[in-house]
Amino acid sequence: MARHVIAKVEELDIGKSKLVKVAGRDIALFNVKGEFFAIANRCPHEGADLCRGQVVGLAEADEPGKVRMTRHGELVRCPWHGWEFDIRTGKSWCDPARTRVKSFDVSVAKGGALTEGPYQAETFPVSIDEDYVVVEI
Amino acid sequence: MDTAVTQQRSMLSQLGAIDCDVHPDAPGREDLLPYFDDYWREIVTTRDVDRLELTNFPTRTKPFFREDWKATEGKGVEKLRKNLLDPYGLKYAILNCVTAVHAIYDPYLATAVCRATNDWLKAEWLDRDPRLRASLVLPMQNPEAAVEEIERFADDKRFVQVLTLCMGEMPLGRRTYWPVYEAAQRHGFALGVHAGSAYRHAPSQSGFLSYLAEDYVHQVQGFAAQVGSFVSEGVLGKFPDMKIVLIESGVSWLPGQMWRMSKDWRGARIEIPWVKESPSALVRRQIRMTTQPFDAPRDPAELERIIEHLDCDDMLLFSTDYPHAQFEGEAAIPAGFPERLIDRLVRENALATYPRLED
Amino acid sequence: MDQAVLDKNTKADAKLGIVDCDIHPAFGSPAELAKFLPVRWRDHLADYGQRSANPVVGTLPYPRMTPGNGMRRDSWPPNGGPPASDLAFLQEQLLDPLGIEYGILQPLAAGSSTLNQELGAAMCAAVNDWQLDKWTGPDPRLKASICVTQEDVPAALAEIEARIGDRSFAQIAIPPRTIEPAGRRRYWPIYEAAEHYDMPIGMHSAAYGQHANSGAGWLDFYIEEHYAFSHSLQSVVTSMVFEGVFERFPKLKLVVVEGGFAWAAPLMWRLDKQWERMRSEVPHVKRPPSEYIRENVWFTTQPIEEPENNRHLLDTLRWVGADRLMFSTDYPHWDFDDPRYAFKVPLSPTERVQIFRDNAKRVYRLP
Repeated sequence: MARHVIAKVEELDIGKSKLVKVAGRDIALFNVKGEFFAIANRCPHEGADLCRGQVVGLAEADEPGKVRMTRHGELVRCPWHGWEFDIRTGKSWCDPARTRVKSFDVSVAKGGALTEGPYQAETFPVSIDEDYVVVEI
Repeated sequence: MDTAVTQQRSMLSQLGAIDCDVHPDAPGREDLLPYFDDYWREIVTTRDVDRLELTNFPTRTKPFFREDWKATEGKGVEKLRKNLLDPYGLKYAILNCVTAVHAIYDPYLATAVCRATNDWLKAEWLDRDPRLRASLVLPMQNPEAAVEEIERFADDKRFVQVLTLCMGEMPLGRRTYWPVYEAAQRHGFALGVHAGSAYRHAPSQSGFLSYLAEDYVHQVQGFAAQVGSFVSEGVLGKFPDMKIVLIESGVSWLPGQMWRMSKDWRGARIEIPWVKESPSALVRRQIRMTTQPFDAPRDPAELERIIEHLDCDDMLLFSTDYPHAQFEGEAAIPAGFPERLIDRLVRENALATYPRLED
Repeated sequence: MDQAVLDKNTKADAKLGIVDCDIHPAFGSPAELAKFLPVRWRDHLADYGQRSANPVVGTLPYPRMTPGNGMRRDSWPPNGGPPASDLAFLQEQLLDPLGIEYGILQPLAAGSSTLNQELGAAMCAAVNDWQLDKWTGPDPRLKASICVTQEDVPAALAEIEARIGDRSFAQIAIPPRTIEPAGRRRYWPIYEAAEHYDMPIGMHSAAYGQHANSGAGWLDFYIEEHYAFSHSLQSVVTSMVFEGVFERFPKLKLVVVEGGFAWAAPLMWRLDKQWERMRSEVPHVKRPPSEYIRENVWFTTQPIEEPENNRHLLDTLRWVGADRLMFSTDYPHWDFDDPRYAFKVPLSPTERVQIFRDNAKRVYRLP
């Protein structure tokens, strides 16, 4: 298990996603309302890139025709078949127990702090004053 | 009579089999006249409302009927006893009256014919043999009157189901019909959807078909469309206590549709967010099917595979589709049907489907 | 289904040389088609548009789940234009990485369902020119469809005659939602020509039709319509068998496209049973329907059915037969099937070769 610096905080706006390749893995990084989450990029169904999916809210209804939108920006809809995944957990909405993608621990740290610990930022020049997204793999 | 036949008969009898699709002779005007009021008696006579057969189930169609049953002496209940109730040792037989009542355009005439038909069923059939149960025919053309008809018979527990066609005016999931389902659920009726078309729409997406054989093949499409409609319009969740019985639908087509709908639902559920479970789960909970015809491969060993695909021990209800020709000899239970499910098939599932049916 | 499903390595398919039986090419802009249309029809389109039985102009009657009327979200070419309108990107995203040796083009905006049939015929001709110019010429892996107006049979025959000598065309394309059932005699001259020239008839699911999409009337939701597409294909097969088309044209090849295939076996069982019961009504049908289907009809695989228990699909494959199935992606549509992952059950090497390559090579007479 190691911590990898994968992005500058400022390069990923709220609601946006980015593909990062780290430790041999393709990871989809999302900014959900200022919080960062990382899930495996490959949809478990037929392999589409989840980083290219639409970031959406959850459409819910208790009664036919009475629909409300909740959890804005917390789900990603696969760019192919539209299966929805919870960005926070990697679980699919329709079949959370069996259809899910791996979710990774993500934190944000100052560049200054990153120079002190056992961080890996091999592809990434880190400067002391900026904030960075760090993923643990 | 060979041993297998004797065995099947005696098994049905021992288990107290319930036949969920039995057809009384289709009543014509002469049969129904005593059950119309004076206005409608005058109208159906003057305006020649006489034969009330659906064009896709004409009673003259020779291959539709079993020759041996046809040849039996007698008529009405007497003939039914000789052909079916006695030899099969049935505990109950549910009568489904599939006639043009479903196809009449005039909503008031349709209501009058439905009322007369239900009264005729009661007097000419139910009152004459304690083993008989029936489905109420309803004027779906006139949902308000359909609700009244349900209320009118709510206390007669011998009516266990309300009946409509798989191809009528509109997809059956539509809200227009919800008051009917509300009343049916409240009184414990199941909703029966029987093969047949009111010919409001062509049975195929390329129009009306040349042959009756094709028309019959297309009943499956009507049923599949209704399953899709019940799921996607939210009827299954909205009326969770009302079972929906597909009658004379064929069986083997359903797994493929469940697979497709459940796959599509994962991506298309945003269109119908009130559908919160996979369509397969909803279908297995609430949709039931009668077993004749079954549409299985020739090799009986394959039947068990289809039943495994259905993956629902509660789904199938025993039926003969009497007096129609669906099976050879006395083999009413499809060949290869798993032993472990026979009790459910011939009895338990029907009792769970029809709350008005007493054990 | 979990991540493990995708961990299997299926690189072997790249060597196999797949035939993709359903690719939807698009116009980069309307001007692309206009180039191939006579002035009379260019003006007509500008002034009146292309009327179809779709009740809404510009929006599908059953709006899709993704932009572009149901496209894969990752299929927009980086250089602009709608999905599948840029050959280089189609090569980069579809043909090259998936090892597709041949792709059958299925143009959807051809004009076969256009209400003005004369316009429809002109548009079919233009689309046929456009396929050669934009697609099959530059990349011979792609094969074109002879698009025709099936409701105007003489015009359809003229178009077939005009194109038949060009082996860039692999099939005659007709939408399954014909005005009359597909087996009716009015369409027989088309089948006669197809048999004569050994060209398959491809019937691809269509979004518009002049009859309700169920026998109980028009359905309400896309999820319903999507499944009902398979019904239009079932009707084609049923009608062509019962009207005696395959009896009259025993060498005719019919490919039904984009309906999945799990329905095919139950349909055959039902057809056989009704044929036995009602033979006296259709004495011209000499053999059990399934026998004709097993000789004359092929099914493309997409959108593949996915049972909860994957292994149930093995029964379906056995019942339908690997010799009847031909792989298709439906690129660039949202319900695309990826050849590496679409089948979530093991196929034998023989089945694999049949489904992904050999059946289609034989049916489409590909070198």
